[in-house]
Amino acid sequence: MPQTLLGTARCIFRRDLTLAARKPADVATPLAFFVIVTSLFPLGVGPEPNVLSKLAPGVLWVAALLASMLSMGRLFAADYADGTLEQLTLSPHALTPIVFAKVAAHWVTSGLLLVVLSPLLAMQLSLPGQATWTLIATLLLGTPVLSLLGSVGAALTLGVRGGGVLLSLLVLPLYTPILIFGAGAVTASASGLDTTAYFSLLGAFLLLALAFTPWATAAALRISLD
Amino acid sequence: MYKYASPKNFYVLAGQLIPWLGIITLVLFATGLYLGLYVAPPDYQQGDSYRIMFIHVPAAWMSMYVYVMMAGAGLVGLVWNIKLADMLATASAPIGASLTLMALVTGSLWGKPTWGTYWVWDARLTSELLLFFLYLGFIALQAAIDEPRRSARAGAVLALVGVVDIPIIHFSVIWWNTLHQPASIGALNRIISPTIYPTMLHPLLINSLAFFLFYYMVVLMRMRGEILARERHTGWVMQIVRASAEAAR
Amino acid sequence: MTWHTFFAMGGYAFYVWGAYGFATVVVIWNVVSAIRKRRTVLKMLREFALAEQAPKEGTGQHYASE
Repeated sequence: MPQTLLGTARCIFRRDLTLAARKPADVATPLAFFVIVTSLFPLGVGPEPNVLSKLAPGVLWVAALLASMLSMGRLFAADYADGTLEQLTLSPHALTPIVFAKVAAHWVTSGLLLVVLSPLLAMQLSLPGQATWTLIATLLLGTPVLSLLGSVGAALTLGVRGGGVLLSLLVLPLYTPILIFGAGAVTASASGLDTTAYFSLLGAFLLLALAFTPWATAAALRISLD
Repeated sequence: MYKYASPKNFYVLAGQLIPWLGIITLVLFATGLYLGLYVAPPDYQQGDSYRIMFIHVPAAWMSMYVYVMMAGAGLVGLVWNIKLADMLATASAPIGASLTLMALVTGSLWGKPTWGTYWVWDARLTSELLLFFLYLGFIALQAAIDEPRRSARAGAVLALVGVVDIPIIHFSVIWWNTLHQPASIGALNRIISPTIYPTMLHPLLINSLAFFLFYYMVVLMRMRGEILARERHTGWVMQIVRASAEAAR
Repeated sequence: MTWHTFFAMGGYAFYVWGAYGFATVVVIWNVVSAIRKRRTVLKMLREFALAEQAPKEGTGQHYASE
Protein backbone atom coordinates (compact mmCIF):
# COMPACT_ATOMS: atom_id res chain seq x y z
CA MET A 1 0.00 0.00 0.00
CA PRO A 2 1.58 3.32 -1.02
CA GLN A 3 2.03 5.72 1.85
CA THR A 4 1.61 9.08 0.12
CA LEU A 5 -1.73 10.70 -0.42
CA LEU A 6 -1.24 10.93 -4.16
CA GLY A 7 -0.16 7.32 -4.24
CA THR A 8 -3.30 6.22 -2.43
CA ALA A 9 -5.49 8.26 -4.74
CA ARG A 10 -3.77 6.84 -7.82
CA CYS A 11 -4.08 3.35 -6.43
CA ILE A 12 -7.82 3.77 -5.85
CA PHE A 13 -8.27 5.26 -9.30
CA ARG A 14 -6.58 2.22 -10.90
CA ARG A 15 -8.44 -0.20 -8.68
CA ASP A 16 -11.83 1.28 -9.61
CA LEU A 17 -10.95 1.16 -13.32
CA THR A 18 -9.90 -2.48 -12.98
CA LEU A 19 -13.09 -3.33 -11.16
CA ALA A 20 -15.15 -1.59 -13.83
CA ALA A 21 -13.28 -3.46 -16.57
CA ARG A 22 -14.14 -6.74 -14.86
CA LYS A 23 -17.82 -5.91 -14.84
CA PRO A 24 -18.42 -4.46 -18.30
CA ALA A 25 -22.18 -4.99 -18.03
CA ASP A 26 -22.42 -2.44 -15.18
CA VAL A 27 -20.58 0.10 -17.29
CA ALA A 28 -22.63 -0.62 -20.38
CA THR A 29 -26.10 -0.32 -18.82
CA PRO A 30 -26.21 3.51 -18.52
CA LEU A 31 -24.75 3.76 -22.03
CA ALA A 32 -27.45 1.51 -23.40
CA PHE A 33 -29.98 3.67 -21.58
CA PHE A 34 -28.50 6.76 -23.25
CA VAL A 35 -28.81 5.18 -26.70
CA ILE A 36 -32.31 3.84 -26.14
CA VAL A 37 -33.73 7.08 -24.75
CA THR A 38 -32.40 9.17 -27.61
CA SER A 39 -33.65 6.60 -30.12
CA LEU A 40 -37.13 6.81 -28.65
CA PHE A 41 -37.47 10.50 -29.45
CA PRO A 42 -37.75 10.18 -33.23
CA LEU A 43 -40.42 7.53 -32.61
CA GLY A 44 -42.27 9.97 -30.38
CA VAL A 45 -41.99 13.20 -32.34
CA GLY A 46 -41.69 11.91 -35.90
CA PRO A 47 -38.70 11.40 -38.19
CA GLU A 48 -38.54 14.88 -39.84
CA PRO A 49 -34.87 15.89 -39.81
CA ASN A 50 -35.77 19.59 -39.20
CA VAL A 51 -37.72 18.81 -36.07
CA LEU A 52 -35.12 16.35 -34.83
CA SER A 53 -32.16 18.64 -35.37
CA LYS A 54 -34.01 21.35 -33.46
CA LEU A 55 -34.71 19.03 -30.54
CA ALA A 56 -31.36 17.25 -30.68
CA PRO A 57 -29.33 19.46 -28.28
CA GLY A 58 -31.95 19.24 -25.56
CA VAL A 59 -32.70 15.57 -26.08
CA LEU A 60 -29.05 14.54 -26.10
CA TRP A 61 -28.26 16.59 -23.03
CA VAL A 62 -31.28 15.42 -21.05
CA ALA A 63 -30.51 11.81 -21.96
CA ALA A 64 -26.87 12.27 -20.95
CA LEU A 65 -28.04 13.83 -17.66
CA LEU A 66 -30.32 10.90 -16.89
CA ALA A 67 -27.74 8.29 -17.94
CA SER A 68 -25.13 9.95 -15.76
CA MET A 69 -27.55 10.12 -12.85
CA LEU A 70 -28.45 6.44 -13.24
CA SER A 71 -24.81 5.43 -13.19
CA MET A 72 -24.19 7.29 -9.90
CA GLY A 73 -25.68 4.50 -7.81
CA ARG A 74 -22.68 2.36 -8.79
CA LEU A 75 -20.16 4.87 -7.41
CA PHE A 76 -20.11 3.75 -3.77
CA ALA A 77 -22.61 0.88 -3.63
CA ALA A 78 -20.19 -2.06 -4.01
CA ASP A 79 -17.60 -0.57 -1.66
CA TYR A 80 -20.31 0.16 0.84
CA ALA A 81 -21.70 -3.36 0.67
CA ASP A 82 -18.36 -5.14 1.21
CA GLY A 83 -17.05 -2.75 3.86
CA THR A 84 -14.24 -1.25 1.75
CA LEU A 85 -15.72 2.20 2.17
CA GLU A 86 -15.65 1.90 5.94
CA GLN A 87 -11.98 0.94 5.72
CA LEU A 88 -11.27 3.93 3.51
CA THR A 89 -12.84 6.36 5.96
CA LEU A 90 -10.68 4.83 8.70
CA SER A 91 -7.47 5.20 6.69
CA PRO A 92 -5.02 7.85 7.93
CA HIS A 93 -5.42 9.83 4.71
CA ALA A 94 -7.97 12.56 4.17
CA LEU A 95 -11.13 11.27 2.58
CA THR A 96 -11.45 14.09 0.05
CA PRO A 97 -8.68 12.96 -2.37
CA ILE A 98 -9.94 9.40 -2.13
CA VAL A 99 -13.41 10.61 -3.09
CA PHE A 100 -11.87 12.60 -5.88
CA ALA A 101 -10.08 9.53 -7.25
CA LYS A 102 -13.27 7.46 -7.08
CA VAL A 103 -15.32 10.10 -8.89
CA ALA A 104 -12.61 10.49 -11.53
CA ALA A 105 -12.54 6.74 -12.17
CA HIS A 106 -16.31 6.68 -12.27
CA TRP A 107 -16.39 9.53 -14.77
CA VAL A 108 -13.94 7.72 -17.06
CA THR A 109 -16.25 4.71 -17.07
CA SER A 110 -19.48 6.69 -17.48
CA GLY A 111 -19.29 10.34 -18.59
CA LEU A 112 -16.34 9.88 -20.91
CA LEU A 113 -18.01 6.95 -22.64
CA LEU A 114 -21.17 9.05 -23.07
CA VAL A 115 -19.03 11.66 -24.79
CA VAL A 116 -17.56 9.01 -27.10
CA LEU A 117 -21.03 7.72 -27.99
CA SER A 118 -22.62 11.14 -28.47
CA PRO A 119 -21.52 11.87 -32.11
CA LEU A 120 -23.26 8.70 -33.23
CA LEU A 121 -26.52 9.76 -31.60
CA ALA A 122 -26.08 13.33 -32.84
CA MET A 123 -25.96 11.92 -36.34
CA GLN A 124 -29.13 9.93 -35.71
CA LEU A 125 -30.88 13.15 -34.74
CA SER A 126 -29.44 15.09 -37.74
CA LEU A 127 -27.46 17.54 -35.64
CA PRO A 128 -25.24 19.68 -37.94
CA GLY A 129 -21.51 18.83 -37.97
CA GLN A 130 -20.38 22.03 -36.27
CA ALA A 131 -22.88 21.56 -33.44
CA THR A 132 -21.72 17.98 -32.96
CA TRP A 133 -18.24 19.22 -32.10
CA THR A 134 -19.79 21.65 -29.63
CA LEU A 135 -21.84 18.80 -28.17
CA ILE A 136 -18.69 16.74 -27.63
CA ALA A 137 -16.88 19.67 -26.05
CA THR A 138 -19.77 20.66 -23.75
CA LEU A 139 -20.27 17.06 -22.67
CA LEU A 140 -16.54 16.83 -21.92
CA LEU A 141 -16.83 19.88 -19.66
CA GLY A 142 -20.29 19.14 -18.29
CA THR A 143 -20.34 15.42 -17.49
CA PRO A 144 -17.54 15.72 -14.87
CA VAL A 145 -19.73 18.29 -13.08
CA LEU A 146 -22.64 15.84 -13.23
CA SER A 147 -20.45 13.11 -11.74
CA LEU A 148 -19.18 15.43 -9.01
CA LEU A 149 -22.64 16.69 -8.02
CA GLY A 150 -24.04 13.20 -8.33
CA SER A 151 -21.39 11.88 -5.96
CA VAL A 152 -22.84 14.02 -3.16
CA GLY A 153 -26.27 12.51 -3.76
CA ALA A 154 -24.84 9.00 -4.04
CA ALA A 155 -23.01 9.43 -0.72
CA LEU A 156 -26.09 10.82 1.03
CA THR A 157 -28.38 8.02 -0.16
CA LEU A 158 -26.00 5.15 0.68
CA GLY A 159 -27.98 2.30 2.16
CA VAL A 160 -31.13 4.41 2.33
CA ARG A 161 -34.37 2.79 1.27
CA GLY A 162 -35.60 3.89 -2.15
CA GLY A 163 -32.07 5.09 -2.86
CA GLY A 164 -32.29 5.18 -6.65
CA VAL A 165 -35.42 7.29 -7.04
CA LEU A 166 -34.41 9.41 -4.07
CA LEU A 167 -31.06 10.10 -5.73
CA SER A 168 -32.81 11.43 -8.82
CA LEU A 169 -34.93 13.73 -6.68
CA LEU A 170 -31.85 15.09 -4.92
CA VAL A 171 -29.59 15.45 -7.90
CA LEU A 172 -31.67 16.40 -10.93
CA PRO A 173 -32.64 19.91 -9.73
CA LEU A 174 -28.98 20.58 -9.02
CA TYR A 175 -28.11 19.54 -12.57
CA THR A 176 -30.24 22.20 -14.24
CA PRO A 177 -27.51 24.86 -14.79
CA ILE A 178 -25.36 22.32 -16.63
CA LEU A 179 -28.31 21.31 -18.78
CA ILE A 180 -29.14 24.93 -19.60
CA PHE A 181 -25.64 25.88 -20.63
CA GLY A 182 -24.70 22.56 -22.21
CA ALA A 183 -27.77 22.35 -24.41
CA GLY A 184 -27.72 26.13 -24.91
CA ALA A 185 -24.21 26.01 -26.36
CA VAL A 186 -25.16 23.26 -28.80
CA THR A 187 -28.26 25.16 -29.89
CA ALA A 188 -26.26 28.35 -30.32
CA SER A 189 -23.63 26.52 -32.33
CA ALA A 190 -26.29 24.93 -34.55
CA SER A 191 -27.58 28.41 -35.42
CA GLY A 192 -24.04 29.66 -36.04
CA LEU A 193 -23.77 31.83 -32.92
CA ASP A 194 -20.78 32.42 -30.70
CA THR A 195 -20.43 29.88 -27.87
CA THR A 196 -17.53 31.37 -25.91
CA ALA A 197 -19.71 32.55 -23.03
CA TYR A 198 -21.26 29.09 -22.61
CA PHE A 199 -17.87 27.45 -22.46
CA SER A 200 -16.56 29.98 -19.96
CA LEU A 201 -19.55 29.33 -17.71
CA LEU A 202 -19.35 25.55 -18.04
CA GLY A 203 -15.65 25.80 -17.23
CA ALA A 204 -16.45 27.94 -14.19
CA PHE A 205 -19.01 25.37 -13.00
CA LEU A 206 -16.43 22.62 -13.40
CA LEU A 207 -13.90 24.52 -11.30
CA LEU A 208 -16.52 25.28 -8.64
CA ALA A 209 -17.62 21.65 -8.54
CA LEU A 210 -14.00 20.46 -8.36
CA ALA A 211 -13.36 22.78 -5.44
CA PHE A 212 -16.43 22.01 -3.34
CA THR A 213 -18.13 18.73 -4.15
CA PRO A 214 -15.36 16.23 -3.20
CA TRP A 215 -15.35 17.85 0.21
CA ALA A 216 -19.15 17.70 0.49
CA THR A 217 -19.14 14.08 -0.69
CA ALA A 218 -16.51 13.18 1.88
CA ALA A 219 -18.63 14.81 4.60
CA ALA A 220 -21.71 12.97 3.33
CA LEU A 221 -19.85 9.64 3.34
CA ARG A 222 -18.78 10.14 6.94
CA ILE A 223 -22.38 10.90 7.86
CA SER A 224 -23.70 7.84 6.04
CA LEU A 225 -21.12 5.54 7.61
CA ASP A 226 -21.34 7.01 11.09
CA MET B 1 -29.08 34.33 25.83
CA TYR B 2 -27.10 31.11 26.03
CA LYS B 3 -29.50 29.43 28.43
CA TYR B 4 -32.24 29.42 25.79
CA ALA B 5 -30.09 27.02 23.79
CA SER B 6 -31.19 24.22 26.11
CA PRO B 7 -34.18 22.39 24.61
CA LYS B 8 -36.20 22.75 27.81
CA ASN B 9 -35.85 26.52 28.08
CA PHE B 10 -36.37 26.87 24.37
CA TYR B 11 -39.57 24.82 24.59
CA VAL B 12 -40.93 27.06 27.34
CA LEU B 13 -39.83 30.31 25.71
CA ALA B 14 -41.23 29.27 22.32
CA GLY B 15 -44.51 28.39 24.01
CA GLN B 16 -44.68 31.92 25.41
CA LEU B 17 -43.69 33.58 22.13
CA ILE B 18 -46.08 31.72 19.84
CA PRO B 19 -49.33 33.43 20.94
CA TRP B 20 -47.74 36.87 20.57
CA LEU B 21 -46.36 36.03 17.16
CA GLY B 22 -49.81 34.74 16.24
CA ILE B 23 -51.56 37.92 17.32
CA ILE B 24 -49.08 40.24 15.58
CA THR B 25 -49.19 38.13 12.41
CA LEU B 26 -52.97 38.18 12.42
CA VAL B 27 -53.09 41.98 12.83
CA LEU B 28 -50.50 42.45 10.08
CA PHE B 29 -52.33 40.12 7.72
CA ALA B 30 -55.61 41.92 8.38
CA THR B 31 -54.02 45.32 7.74
CA GLY B 32 -52.13 44.11 4.68
CA LEU B 33 -55.22 42.51 3.17
CA TYR B 34 -57.35 45.58 3.86
CA LEU B 35 -54.79 47.90 2.28
CA GLY B 36 -54.01 45.54 -0.59
CA LEU B 37 -57.50 44.43 -1.53
CA TYR B 38 -59.53 47.50 -0.62
CA VAL B 39 -57.46 50.67 -0.31
CA ALA B 40 -54.87 50.27 -3.08
CA PRO B 41 -56.22 51.48 -6.44
CA PRO B 42 -56.35 49.18 -9.48
CA ASP B 43 -53.23 49.18 -11.65
CA TYR B 44 -53.61 51.22 -14.84
CA GLN B 45 -52.49 48.30 -17.00
CA GLN B 46 -53.41 45.16 -15.11
CA GLY B 47 -56.55 46.31 -13.35
CA ASP B 48 -57.24 44.41 -10.16
CA SER B 49 -55.32 41.28 -11.12
CA TYR B 50 -52.06 42.79 -9.85
CA ARG B 51 -53.38 42.42 -6.29
CA ILE B 52 -52.15 38.83 -6.41
CA MET B 53 -48.70 40.38 -6.09
CA PHE B 54 -49.38 41.15 -2.43
CA ILE B 55 -49.20 37.46 -1.60
CA HIS B 56 -47.19 36.12 -4.52
CA VAL B 57 -44.13 38.28 -3.90
CA PRO B 58 -43.93 37.76 -0.11
CA ALA B 59 -44.41 34.02 -0.62
CA ALA B 60 -41.61 33.95 -3.20
CA TRP B 61 -39.31 35.98 -0.96
CA MET B 62 -40.04 33.81 2.04
CA SER B 63 -39.57 30.60 0.07
CA MET B 64 -35.97 31.64 -0.58
CA TYR B 65 -35.41 33.02 2.90
CA VAL B 66 -36.61 29.78 4.47
CA TYR B 67 -34.24 27.73 2.33
CA VAL B 68 -31.33 29.90 3.41
CA MET B 69 -32.44 29.55 7.05
CA MET B 70 -32.63 25.79 6.55
CA ALA B 71 -29.11 25.64 5.14
CA GLY B 72 -27.76 28.01 7.81
CA ALA B 73 -29.37 26.01 10.61
CA GLY B 74 -28.07 22.84 8.98
CA LEU B 75 -24.55 24.25 8.98
CA VAL B 76 -24.78 25.23 12.65
CA GLY B 77 -26.10 21.76 13.48
CA LEU B 78 -23.34 20.11 11.45
CA VAL B 79 -20.45 22.14 12.82
CA TRP B 80 -21.44 22.72 16.45
CA ASN B 81 -23.69 19.72 16.82
CA ILE B 82 -26.59 21.77 18.21
CA LYS B 83 -29.80 19.77 18.25
CA LEU B 84 -32.05 22.84 18.14
CA ALA B 85 -30.41 23.93 14.89
CA ASP B 86 -31.09 20.50 13.38
CA MET B 87 -34.71 20.77 14.47
CA LEU B 88 -34.98 24.26 13.01
CA ALA B 89 -33.77 22.95 9.65
CA THR B 90 -36.13 19.98 9.67
CA ALA B 91 -39.09 22.05 10.81
CA SER B 92 -38.45 24.71 8.15
CA ALA B 93 -38.59 22.35 5.18
CA PRO B 94 -42.36 21.72 4.95
CA ILE B 95 -43.10 25.40 5.63
CA GLY B 96 -40.69 26.49 2.92
CA ALA B 97 -42.07 23.94 0.49
CA SER B 98 -45.64 25.09 1.14
CA LEU B 99 -44.66 28.74 0.63
CA THR B 100 -42.94 27.80 -2.62
CA LEU B 101 -46.08 26.04 -3.73
CA MET B 102 -48.06 29.14 -2.77
CA ALA B 103 -45.74 31.31 -4.88
CA LEU B 104 -46.16 28.90 -7.80
CA VAL B 105 -49.95 28.68 -7.65
CA THR B 106 -50.51 32.41 -7.10
CA GLY B 107 -47.95 33.20 -9.82
CA SER B 108 -49.76 30.91 -12.19
CA LEU B 109 -53.14 32.47 -11.30
CA TRP B 110 -51.61 35.87 -11.92
CA GLY B 111 -50.12 34.62 -15.17
CA LYS B 112 -53.45 33.70 -16.73
CA PRO B 113 -54.82 37.28 -16.95
CA THR B 114 -51.36 38.72 -17.63
CA TRP B 115 -49.96 36.32 -20.22
CA GLY B 116 -53.09 34.48 -21.28
CA THR B 117 -51.91 31.09 -19.98
CA TYR B 118 -51.50 29.57 -16.56
CA TRP B 119 -47.93 28.60 -17.10
CA VAL B 120 -45.19 30.46 -18.88
CA TRP B 121 -41.55 29.44 -18.50
CA ASP B 122 -40.88 32.80 -16.94
CA ALA B 123 -37.60 33.13 -15.04
CA ARG B 124 -39.22 33.75 -11.66
CA LEU B 125 -41.71 30.90 -11.92
CA THR B 126 -39.11 28.47 -13.27
CA SER B 127 -36.73 29.28 -10.43
CA GLU B 128 -39.54 28.75 -7.94
CA LEU B 129 -40.36 25.41 -9.53
CA LEU B 130 -36.76 24.25 -9.20
CA LEU B 131 -36.69 25.53 -5.61
CA PHE B 132 -39.79 23.45 -4.96
CA PHE B 133 -37.96 20.38 -6.28
CA LEU B 134 -35.03 21.15 -3.99
CA TYR B 135 -37.39 21.28 -1.01
CA LEU B 136 -38.95 17.98 -2.05
CA GLY B 137 -35.50 16.41 -2.26
CA PHE B 138 -34.64 17.61 1.24
CA ILE B 139 -37.91 16.37 2.72
CA ALA B 140 -37.66 13.02 0.92
CA LEU B 141 -34.08 12.50 2.06
CA GLN B 142 -34.87 13.26 5.69
CA ALA B 143 -37.99 11.10 5.57
CA ALA B 144 -36.02 8.17 4.13
CA ILE B 145 -33.49 8.10 6.99
CA ASP B 146 -34.89 6.89 10.31
CA GLU B 147 -31.90 7.58 12.51
CA PRO B 148 -32.48 11.22 13.62
CA ARG B 149 -28.84 12.26 13.78
CA ARG B 150 -27.93 10.92 10.37
CA SER B 151 -31.16 12.32 8.92
CA ALA B 152 -30.37 15.80 10.22
CA ARG B 153 -26.78 15.77 9.07
CA ALA B 154 -27.50 14.34 5.63
CA GLY B 155 -30.19 16.98 5.17
CA ALA B 156 -27.74 19.69 6.21
CA VAL B 157 -25.20 18.64 3.58
CA LEU B 158 -27.89 18.56 0.91
CA ALA B 159 -29.25 21.98 1.93
CA LEU B 160 -25.74 23.46 1.86
CA VAL B 161 -25.06 22.11 -1.63
CA GLY B 162 -28.48 23.43 -2.61
CA VAL B 163 -27.89 26.88 -1.18
CA VAL B 164 -24.67 27.20 -3.18
CA ASP B 165 -26.46 25.97 -6.28
CA ILE B 166 -29.56 28.17 -5.96
CA PRO B 167 -27.91 31.43 -7.12
CA ILE B 168 -26.35 29.51 -10.00
CA ILE B 169 -29.70 27.95 -10.91
CA HIS B 170 -31.37 31.35 -10.69
CA PHE B 171 -28.74 32.97 -12.87
CA SER B 172 -28.90 30.12 -15.41
CA VAL B 173 -32.65 30.32 -15.60
CA ILE B 174 -32.58 34.08 -16.19
CA TRP B 175 -29.99 33.62 -18.93
CA TRP B 176 -31.99 30.81 -20.51
CA ASN B 177 -35.18 32.85 -20.23
CA THR B 178 -33.80 35.96 -21.93
CA LEU B 179 -32.56 33.76 -24.80
CA HIS B 180 -35.81 31.99 -25.40
CA GLN B 181 -38.40 34.64 -24.60
CA PRO B 182 -36.85 38.03 -25.09
CA ALA B 183 -38.26 40.49 -22.54
CA SER B 184 -41.49 38.56 -22.11
CA ILE B 185 -42.96 40.19 -19.05
CA GLY B 186 -41.82 43.20 -17.16
CA ALA B 187 -45.10 43.53 -15.30
CA LEU B 188 -43.77 42.65 -11.88
CA ASN B 189 -40.55 44.55 -12.43
CA ARG B 190 -42.55 47.58 -13.46
CA ILE B 191 -44.74 47.49 -10.38
CA ILE B 192 -41.88 46.80 -7.97
CA SER B 193 -39.74 49.69 -9.10
CA PRO B 194 -38.40 52.71 -7.23
CA THR B 195 -41.42 54.67 -8.43
CA ILE B 196 -43.93 52.26 -6.87
CA TYR B 197 -46.88 54.06 -5.29
CA PRO B 198 -46.98 54.02 -1.49
CA THR B 199 -50.52 52.65 -1.62
CA MET B 200 -49.12 49.61 -3.41
CA LEU B 201 -45.84 49.42 -1.50
CA HIS B 202 -47.33 49.45 2.00
CA PRO B 203 -49.52 46.35 1.70
CA LEU B 204 -46.60 44.54 0.06
CA LEU B 205 -44.26 45.35 2.94
CA ILE B 206 -46.86 44.64 5.61
CA ASN B 207 -47.73 41.29 4.09
CA SER B 208 -44.05 40.44 3.78
CA LEU B 209 -43.56 41.13 7.48
CA ALA B 210 -46.69 39.09 8.22
CA PHE B 211 -45.34 36.10 6.26
CA PHE B 212 -41.99 36.51 7.97
CA LEU B 213 -43.49 36.36 11.47
CA PHE B 214 -45.86 33.62 10.36
CA TYR B 215 -42.89 31.47 9.40
CA TYR B 216 -41.34 31.95 12.82
CA MET B 217 -44.60 31.17 14.55
CA VAL B 218 -45.12 27.93 12.66
CA VAL B 219 -41.49 26.89 12.84
CA LEU B 220 -41.52 27.34 16.63
CA MET B 221 -44.70 25.30 16.85
CA ARG B 222 -43.15 22.52 14.80
CA MET B 223 -39.92 22.66 16.76
CA ARG B 224 -41.83 22.24 20.02
CA GLY B 225 -43.24 18.98 18.70
CA GLU B 226 -39.80 17.94 17.50
CA ILE B 227 -38.26 18.76 20.92
CA LEU B 228 -40.81 16.59 22.73
CA ALA B 229 -40.08 13.69 20.41
CA ARG B 230 -36.31 13.92 20.70
CA GLU B 231 -36.12 14.69 24.41
CA ARG B 232 -38.66 12.06 25.40
CA HIS B 233 -36.30 10.33 27.82
CA THR B 234 -35.72 13.48 29.90
CA GLY B 235 -37.55 14.21 33.12
CA TRP B 236 -39.13 17.47 32.07
CA VAL B 237 -40.72 15.96 28.95
CA MET B 238 -42.06 13.09 31.05
CA GLN B 239 -43.64 15.69 33.34
CA ILE B 240 -45.33 17.34 30.36
CA VAL B 241 -46.51 13.95 29.14
CA ARG B 242 -47.89 13.14 32.59
CA ALA B 243 -49.64 16.50 32.78
CA SER B 244 -51.20 16.01 29.35
CA ALA B 245 -52.30 12.53 30.40
CA GLU B 246 -54.01 14.07 33.42
CA ALA B 247 -55.70 16.65 31.20
CA ALA B 248 -56.81 13.98 28.74
CA ARG B 249 -58.42 11.94 31.47
CA MET C 1 -67.28 50.99 -3.61
CA THR C 2 -69.99 48.42 -3.06
CA TRP C 3 -69.46 44.87 -1.87
CA HIS C 4 -70.38 43.71 -5.32
CA THR C 5 -67.63 45.62 -7.08
CA PHE C 6 -65.22 44.59 -4.35
CA PHE C 7 -65.88 40.91 -4.92
CA ALA C 8 -65.89 41.32 -8.70
CA MET C 9 -62.27 42.58 -8.63
CA GLY C 10 -62.67 44.32 -11.97
CA GLY C 11 -63.50 41.02 -13.66
CA TYR C 12 -60.49 39.21 -12.21
CA ALA C 13 -62.44 37.71 -9.32
CA PHE C 14 -61.52 34.11 -10.15
CA TYR C 15 -57.79 34.77 -10.28
CA VAL C 16 -57.57 37.17 -7.34
CA TRP C 17 -59.84 35.19 -5.01
CA GLY C 18 -58.39 31.93 -6.27
CA ALA C 19 -54.90 33.10 -5.34
CA TYR C 20 -55.96 34.46 -1.97
CA GLY C 21 -58.03 31.36 -1.33
CA PHE C 22 -55.10 29.08 -2.05
CA ALA C 23 -52.87 31.22 0.16
CA THR C 24 -55.42 30.88 2.97
CA VAL C 25 -55.46 27.12 2.55
CA VAL C 26 -51.65 26.98 2.77
CA VAL C 27 -51.61 29.22 5.86
CA ILE C 28 -54.26 27.12 7.61
CA TRP C 29 -52.53 23.88 6.61
CA ASN C 30 -49.30 25.13 8.16
CA VAL C 31 -50.93 25.98 11.47
CA VAL C 32 -53.05 22.83 11.65
CA SER C 33 -50.20 20.49 10.72
CA ALA C 34 -47.91 22.16 13.26
CA ILE C 35 -50.51 21.72 16.01
CA ARG C 36 -51.21 18.17 14.98
CA LYS C 37 -47.53 17.31 14.93
CA ARG C 38 -47.11 18.24 18.60
CA ARG C 39 -50.38 16.50 19.50
CA THR C 40 -49.36 13.24 17.82
CA VAL C 41 -45.99 13.32 19.56
CA LEU C 42 -47.69 13.88 22.92
CA LYS C 43 -50.18 11.12 22.25
CA MET C 44 -47.42 8.74 21.28
CA LEU C 45 -45.43 9.60 24.40
CA ARG C 46 -48.51 9.10 26.58
CA GLU C 47 -48.93 5.63 25.12
CA PHE C 48 -45.24 4.91 25.66
CA ALA C 49 -45.54 6.02 29.27
CA LEU C 50 -48.54 3.72 29.78
CA ALA C 51 -46.72 0.80 28.20
CA GLU C 52 -43.69 1.44 30.34
CA GLN C 53 -45.59 1.52 33.59
CA ALA C 54 -45.95 -2.26 33.73
CA PRO C 55 -42.38 -3.40 32.93
CA LYS C 56 -40.00 -0.79 34.29
CA GLU C 57 -37.15 -1.65 31.88
CA GLY C 58 -37.57 -1.91 28.15
CA THR C 59 -39.27 0.31 25.60
CA GLY C 60 -37.57 3.56 26.49
CA GLN C 61 -34.13 2.02 26.61
CA HIS C 62 -33.00 2.25 23.00
CA TYR C 63 -34.09 5.87 22.63
CA ALA C 64 -31.72 6.85 25.40
CA SER C 65 -28.73 5.99 23.26
CA GLU C 66 -29.51 8.79 20.85
